[in-house]
Amino acid sequence: MLSTAAKPVVHFKQKKIRKRSRLNPLLPLFGLLWLLFSFYPVFYMLITSLRSQAGFLLGVPWLPSAHPTFENYLTVLQNDFQKYFLNSVIVSVVTVFLIVFVSVSSAYVIVRTKTKTVRFIFNVFLVGLAIPIQAAIIPIYVLIGKLGVYNTLLGLILPSVAFGIPLTVLILVNFIRDIPNELYESMALEGITDFGMLKSLVIPLTKPALMSVAIYNFVQVWNNFLFPLVLTQTPDVRVMPLAVVSYQGEFTINVPVLLAAVVLSALPLILAYVFGRRYLLKGLTAGFSK
Amino acid sequence: MKEQLNWQRIVMITPAIAFFIIFALGPMVMAGYFSFLDWNGVAVPKFTGFSNWINVFTDKFAGMSMLLTLKMMILTWVIQTPISLLLGVFLAGKQRYRSILGVFYFFPLLFSSAAIGITWSYILNPNFGLVNSLFHALGLSSLAKDWIGNPQLALYTIAVVIAWQFIPFHTLLYQAGTRQIPDAIYEAAEIDGATGIKKFFHITLPQLKYTITTSSLLMLTGSLTYFDLVYVMTGGGPGNATMILPMYMYKTAFMDQRMGYGSVLAIILAVIGILLSLVMLKITGFNKMESQMEGV
Repeated sequence: MLSTAAKPVVHFKQKKIRKRSRLNPLLPLFGLLWLLFSFYPVFYMLITSLRSQAGFLLGVPWLPSAHPTFENYLTVLQNDFQKYFLNSVIVSVVTVFLIVFVSVSSAYVIVRTKTKTVRFIFNVFLVGLAIPIQAAIIPIYVLIGKLGVYNTLLGLILPSVAFGIPLTVLILVNFIRDIPNELYESMALEGITDFGMLKSLVIPLTKPALMSVAIYNFVQVWNNFLFPLVLTQTPDVRVMPLAVVSYQGEFTINVPVLLAAVVLSALPLILAYVFGRRYLLKGLTAGFSK
Repeated sequence: MKEQLNWQRIVMITPAIAFFIIFALGPMVMAGYFSFLDWNGVAVPKFTGFSNWINVFTDKFAGMSMLLTLKMMILTWVIQTPISLLLGVFLAGKQRYRSILGVFYFFPLLFSSAAIGITWSYILNPNFGLVNSLFHALGLSSLAKDWIGNPQLALYTIAVVIAWQFIPFHTLLYQAGTRQIPDAIYEAAEIDGATGIKKFFHITLPQLKYTITTSSLLMLTGSLTYFDLVYVMTGGGPGNATMILPMYMYKTAFMDQRMGYGSVLAIILAVIGILLSLVMLKITGFNKMESQMEGV
């Protein structure tokens, strides 16, 4: 009796799978075509960055060079690349650390405090989500000048932190809300302070969320172009996206060198994708698909 | 007592508020004040009342850049939405080859807009670029164009490059959204004899309603900030063919050094962004979105 009852279920499942793979034969075709359109330009970037200048001018542009060379990468590395790269690392790491640190403490306070003031503060952060960087850039430029940090890495870090806060707080509030009240209460019985709760309860329990927002903000800050463009001037404080544009001025005709710089400029994100794809994906979509 | 603000909590929340008010919210408000000034950023600012605001209405470039922004907004939405929707549904399937394709789809998101702008301006170069070389090799020379140098084409070309960059992100959203649709709904529909296309239009699409809203909201507000790519690829040109509002604002404030007038454009930009967010939130509502998730 049992076995006969189980059979139709199995049968039904098989039928379902067959049906689903048969539907929309056009969809897989579209999927393959998209592979060409989405990945080929990246592939072109890579194969061109491995060409010699002569190979670029004379070779078949859509095929990899028969004699790939790393010379372009060496050329880029000899042109202050490490300095720009280091500037980007400093700005991104410090900014991300500050964003996550101040956001997680505020998110904790927002979740745990039930006063009108805190409710209002949270709403102000929510409004902040809608502020485009472009709309505030003129006063920021003036302010950074007045504070005497124009053309410094600090001058890039300060506004970058501010613009990372709203979304980060929102996402972390959503996660901290899921921590059961009993945990706080039992810790409160032991006389643990708010600082203690943050350190030994909230931060350990929200680690995956903290990782996600850290990665999300890292990508944003690393790729930010407008702040460096407006708030810095000299090569000693140049960061990656701006460096790539400045290489364009320097190597106008030498496209392979330029594309090598482009590839190098995305190196941390490419490495993160290759080794920690899952985290990067989560980080990039943090808050949008929860 | 536990739910009240104490000094520890004040210490914990103050840094975020300080950063946010000084470097984000404050500047937004200051932009309002700046919009009444005639100021080059260096000399003593001159208060001119509403003259900047009146000028916006008579400035044909401002009107044009708003139209171009609107055009860009619609174009990028129209290109991105159907493609990322289909790709997201496609990638939500469990076959291994689909997840492998997904890995490659994602790459454009790893590069900064500046890097992408540079790369594409070479891919689209009229003389030695990849696109035109391919057309020539295929015997389709008539399709070879000056993609970014031609004022009739430049805006469309940039919209395509923007779509290329951001479709992977929206695909992720749609993929996650599709995966959250309960299998039971499909099974019920299959018993009723629904076929592939019917299932897509009667189940998948309605179930993705909230994902479509989220993704569209991000696309539309995002299109107000497409600055990097335009700056790198065309600088607003040829002529003014790609002078969208953020680009025009940058040009006015930082190249022509008209900080006051630039601030008017910046405020218009912010107001459009905030209005868009409010309208979209009104249509859907984040609360509704949450309760829908709970139902699943």
